Amino acid sequence: MVLQSLLKNCLQLPCILRTPKAGFRSTTPGGLIIQSVSNDVYQNLAIEDWIHDHMDLENQQVLFLWRNSPAVVIGRHQNPWQECNLRLMRQKNIKLARRRSGGGTVYHDLGNINLTFFTTRRKYERLANLKLVVKALKALRPQLEVHVTDRYDILLDRQYKISGTAAKLGRATAYHHCTLLCNSNKFVLSSVLKSPYKGIKSNATPSVSASVKNLFEEDPSLTCETLLDAIAEEYATQHQMDPRITLINPADETVLPGINTKAKELQTWEWLYGKTPKFSVSTCLNMVYKGSVLDVKVNMDVKHGRIEACSIDLPEQWLPPALCGELVKSLTGSRLCPNETTTLAMALLRVCPQDEELHSRWNLLCENITTLM
Amino acid sequence: VCIHRVRSCSSIQFIKSKYVCVFDKSALKFSHHQRLFRTSAVSCGQIVQFKLSDIGEGITEVTVKEWYIKEGDSVSQFDSICEVQSDKASVTITSRYDGIIRKLHYNLDEIAFVGKPLVDIEIDAAKGVAPAEDVVETPPMSHEEHTHQEIKGHKTLATPAVRRLAMENNIKLSEVVGTGKDNRILKEDILNYLAKQTGAILPPSPKAEIIPPLPKSETVPAAPKDKARKIPVPVSRPIVFSGKDKTEPITGFHKAMVKTMSAALKIPHFGYCEEVDLTQLVQLREELKPLAQLRGVKLSFMPFFIKAASLGLLQYPILNASLDESCQNVTYKASHNIGVAMDTEQGLIVPNVKNVQVCSVFEIASELNRLQSLGFAGQLGTSDLTGGTFTLSNIGTVGGTYAKPVILPPEVAIGALGKIQVLPRFNDKGEVFKAQIMNVSWSADHRLIDGATMARFSNLWKSYLENPASMLLDLK
Repeated sequence: MVLQSLLKNCLQLPCILRTPKAGFRSTTPGGLIIQSVSNDVYQNLAIEDWIHDHMDLENQQVLFLWRNSPAVVIGRHQNPWQECNLRLMRQKNIKLARRRSGGGTVYHDLGNINLTFFTTRRKYERLANLKLVVKALKALRPQLEVHVTDRYDILLDRQYKISGTAAKLGRATAYHHCTLLCNSNKFVLSSVLKSPYKGIKSNATPSVSASVKNLFEEDPSLTCETLLDAIAEEYATQHQMDPRITLINPADETVLPGINTKAKELQTWEWLYGKTPKFSVSTCLNMVYKGSVLDVKVNMDVKHGRIEACSIDLPEQWLPPALCGELVKSLTGSRLCPNETTTLAMALLRVCPQDEELHSRWNLLCENITTLM
Repeated sequence: VCIHRVRSCSSIQFIKSKYVCVFDKSALKFSHHQRLFRTSAVSCGQIVQFKLSDIGEGITEVTVKEWYIKEGDSVSQFDSICEVQSDKASVTITSRYDGIIRKLHYNLDEIAFVGKPLVDIEIDAAKGVAPAEDVVETPPMSHEEHTHQEIKGHKTLATPAVRRLAMENNIKLSEVVGTGKDNRILKEDILNYLAKQTGAILPPSPKAEIIPPLPKSETVPAAPKDKARKIPVPVSRPIVFSGKDKTEPITGFHKAMVKTMSAALKIPHFGYCEEVDLTQLVQLREELKPLAQLRGVKLSFMPFFIKAASLGLLQYPILNASLDESCQNVTYKASHNIGVAMDTEQGLIVPNVKNVQVCSVFEIASELNRLQSLGFAGQLGTSDLTGGTFTLSNIGTVGGTYAKPVILPPEVAIGALGKIQVLPRFNDKGEVFKAQIMNVSWSADHRLIDGATMARFSNLWKSYLENPASMLLDLK
């Protein structure tokens, strides 16, 4: 009800079959297909939140199409340290996002398309949605061997995962979203989805890894655009509506009031890391110092992304015990964040005697501890 | 007006005169003073077991992943209670009642069963049980509610909480389109209506909503009955500020500042301020900016300030020194590792440019670019953050003229640079001209540095910047 009038000013992008109609028809019963013009994962997740919170889906279901620039998206109740290589992601400028739906961790880039099916809670039905996708794919390429598993994955050739699913149910509305691998960078995918962090004990939802393949590899003519169109057409057919895709700009507050606040919230440290269920880290650092290897046992309890308690066992007298005590005290209550840890450790160094040996040992310890983050 | 809620209805102190007690009528006989809100079959403080409703797709069990409330918290209808997960679906369970949470039936990570109690809620005596909403429910529950409505004897268009919300905002329920079951008016409908009226941004979740003021007596809030009056009569109700103080642990960055600045307190600071005419430097930078850009480097004023400082330190090495703990020895540092205060999202961080004494202005600019991008990405390393010997803080990019910077131990001096302002000044001929003026505020450790040294260093630094060509003479 509300969105119709707001979207009057949006651009309309026709599917390949129809020509656009001027303006927006007042009511298109059945369905609405929208596509985001943004590749920012936070803005796109914010659109999902907005539709979930504000749209009345009683008479109209929505299909939302979106793609993101490189990002790792973890599920609502997952542990990013357990799921992905945060260090590598920071180096490569790959964003971390936490979505509100459950499920496991996925890698997004522009070669991956995301589909979100919005319905009322009563009409929530994942299998039907995935079957729609498979139908669209088969309509494009009848010889394509794709099917839906009971884990709500879509497999290609009975062995390669090309789509993963997750869902969110609210009070009155629900959404089911899934990925579809068209032409994603598999090399980056496998390297960022491998966690280097050892010794983590956690009750967070673990991901189940699978071999993946791009549809592009199966058939080079299957581009993202082709697939998006095919799925939109199939959705339009099933909902007895015009196959018309409305473009939506998540930066536009007039169409989506409150969207920027939602996007900002999804980027806060408290959401990304702070929502991690309680976990502990118990590991041994092997520090190389002047030709010898030192074993340093580190234990940390992390709650809400902050170090609740930690202990660092160093070889005796390798560093002044008082200084180590200060470090442990400073780390307690701090975020599990390499930047914060480094800043803290360096601040502690300011009040120490200006001993080069001490400084180099301290720096080494600090660098090693931050590798756990 | 004061409201007392009493748990056990058997022994009650009857409070008269000014106070109105809102109890459930069925348990007590009230005198004619009181006029109650509603007749309700619910006795005061009834504990209702809120059962986990159907998730759909034939799912029978879920895992409890997060509780949004704890025992003793009060909840309103539609407030989020918890987050459960089932097979890749995350479900937000919201409350059907207004009341107080009395028991959580599951701990985190435990399996919860559909149709079984999730939480026990003590219903507010005055409000009664809220009617069912769009969620599919197990039959016995809905039957109860259906019976309940008959007892009430009139059609419920909106829940009590929704009615109150409408009342406070002077909204006629008849003007609001209800989108709930049976055209019931939901809280969202009121909020939508309000948003359309005021153009306000809709609150994203039921939690962030208008908190109703304390329930008052039956006197209806004054709606402007007199239409001829232009100024509406303000509604007389107690002013409620629902903001709460928020205490949270300090972040690593703040902790680092606490440590550093507490140590800095031990240093007896003295300040020295000066004005620098950067007219020539501004012009020089304009000429050099495109050249640096060609080499892929962004050239600001800082590289010049930093290089000039280093040239000054060559003449006054005591400003690049360090005093030991006992103040017995002073160490003159050979390297000029000049720190640059950086304001990042997380807070203050001070990386330093190493060995400025052997770097060209371009090399300094390039290094600054690197430190800045690492700083904003939160990826500065230990070597970038230690070993500083002297610091400059360009607070002028944010604003300000004069400052009183705090020395970062183990250093002995620091300079804060204000913003560049265009001001009228006199030249040699006594004519007024437009000058680009920047103020610098130095702080130094008075145990080691005296005023004259600081002044002479400052004069030298100033002369290099006012006449950039003179830097060429002393560049190594």
